[in-house]
Amino acid sequence: MTAIIEASHLSKIYESGAVKTQALADVSFSIKKGEFVAIMGPSGSGKSTLMHIIGALDKPTSGSYSVDGVTVGHLSEDNLAQLRNKKIGFVFQAFNLLPRTSALKNVMLPMTYAGIPKEERVARATKFLQMVGLGDRLDHTASQLSGGQMQRVAIARALVMDPAIILADEPTGNISTVQAEEIMKIFEELHKKGHTIIMITHEPDIAAYAERIITLKDGRIISDKPDGHKLWK
Amino acid sequence: MEITELLSSAVEALSLNKMRTFLAALGIVIGIGAVIALISLGEASQLSVQSSIQALGSNLLTIVPGSQSQNGVRGGLGSSTSLTYEDAKAIQASPQITTVAYVSPEFSRRAQVSTAGTNTNTQIIGVTPAYQDVHNVTLSSGRFISADDVNSINKVAVIGPTAAANLFGDGNDPIGQNVRINKIAFRIIGVTVSKGGSGFNNQDDVVMVPLTSAQKLLFGVDYLSSIALQAKNQNDMTAAENEVGYFLLSRHHLTDPSQADFTIISQADILGAVSSVTGTFTALLSGIAAISLLVGGIGIMNIMLVTVIERTREIGLRKALGATNSLIITQFLIEAIILTFGGGALGMILGTSLSFAVTRIINLPFTVSLSSILIAFGVSAAIGIVFGWYPARKAAQLSPIEALRYE
Repeated sequence: MTAIIEASHLSKIYESGAVKTQALADVSFSIKKGEFVAIMGPSGSGKSTLMHIIGALDKPTSGSYSVDGVTVGHLSEDNLAQLRNKKIGFVFQAFNLLPRTSALKNVMLPMTYAGIPKEERVARATKFLQMVGLGDRLDHTASQLSGGQMQRVAIARALVMDPAIILADEPTGNISTVQAEEIMKIFEELHKKGHTIIMITHEPDIAAYAERIITLKDGRIISDKPDGHKLWK
Repeated sequence: MEITELLSSAVEALSLNKMRTFLAALGIVIGIGAVIALISLGEASQLSVQSSIQALGSNLLTIVPGSQSQNGVRGGLGSSTSLTYEDAKAIQASPQITTVAYVSPEFSRRAQVSTAGTNTNTQIIGVTPAYQDVHNVTLSSGRFISADDVNSINKVAVIGPTAAANLFGDGNDPIGQNVRINKIAFRIIGVTVSKGGSGFNNQDDVVMVPLTSAQKLLFGVDYLSSIALQAKNQNDMTAAENEVGYFLLSRHHLTDPSQADFTIISQADILGAVSSVTGTFTALLSGIAAISLLVGGIGIMNIMLVTVIERTREIGLRKALGATNSLIITQFLIEAIILTFGGGALGMILGTSLSFAVTRIINLPFTVSLSSILIAFGVSAAIGIVFGWYPARKAAQLSPIEALRYE
């Protein structure tokens, strides 16, 4: 299998005044197409910084990073925006849906930025909302949905552009355990269908759904175990 | 991203907080409303003044005597006695003067006019038949003063409708009746059609008599108070002014135009002076109204800045999902422009109805000028762009990470 994510010697230093904080130090790894990877670590370990770099929301201070063959280092802000639009499907801890907008329109949003015609936007959004089990909630606004439902809308939104990777940042952090299980089942199914999933979490039982666990501490990878399932189940 | 998508999402965002949207636009509504109302009222009053000046006669030049100096004290314009009936006749007869159609020598003074029962103080004007042509006088009944009346110093009078009503009462036909001016009886031979006007310049409150009768019988003078001239057409006004000016200078044995003992006033001068006065007032008032537009624009900017802060997470999300900076700027600019454009449209309705009401009340012609509407739309859109730009840029410059983290 080809590597869809290639990260070598990534480091990130935040400067605020005279204080320099090293958030990432010489992090290298690659992720193959179709892998389901969990990135773990305590708070302050640099996993959020790594997620921002993987998601093309931020650039590393040094080192190189490429996603689906595109090297991110020299891209302009607008090119980064297009890269995020086409290659990365975000699922956030806080869902980040537009609250007073319908589920359908929320899912259509990335396609609007890609300039996809309206009929196709509606058709695709409907298809993915049905896939996550919300076919009967298309016109509900985000604020009328439960946490689990909102996260399912967010997953549908992450899938509509058929991205190279799905990047989930603590996807179960804000919802109940029962709903969390449902969400993780959706991720498992997506994994079975061949989607590449990268999930940031600090909960071991959530990370256990992944087939590979990268653990960070103080900005460095301290373990990269390929068999999460065996480890936790 | 299609424009319809941007528009509908802007409308959606604005309709989330309708009260705030309305209050934000209110400044623009009032500003545009005030500007439109003042511009159209200014134009209406200018039209009204212009039409009453044009009613005095078209292509009109008026020669008035210069001021008289006595022992070093200079009197007012028209106080000297340098213009005569002979001057008028000479202008009329001169072969050098080719651009003047009619010459109307006039002598006017106020006097007491009485009938058997009543009396009134009114303007007596000594005229020749040319007066009718120069000043567009039309008669509702009877005839105007003829050349024969002037030559024979006849005691006949043509009377304005206001003077007629004052002397004979409304609805009574004064033709054939006598009035006494300075105790001399004049027979009324005609009544003029109302020309409008009021106050000191009431063209309906006059009694017109033959020029010679006014000079010799009534007031005992041999000079004129003015000579009115009508140029053959609009383009001849300047030529006529020059021809008559130099002709009179040489007739009065003067060489230096600065020593002229008369002044020629053209209708264009009066119109220009009046227009510039009303224009100045309109500009001044519109300027004050424009300040409220500026304040309205700052209000819009304020609200947009608050909106940007409130929607930090939304902006971050949109950027994470692939919105480019220019798209974020466009989105916020469109919201600002819709806000100001909507305000401008409401303001236009407000301003137009206001000026309609005022013109009805004070009896002015009602006009809606296309220019003021275009200005209103242009200005309100411009305000949206100018005052929406800064908040929109601020929104676009938010880093998607910071924006997503924002609580």
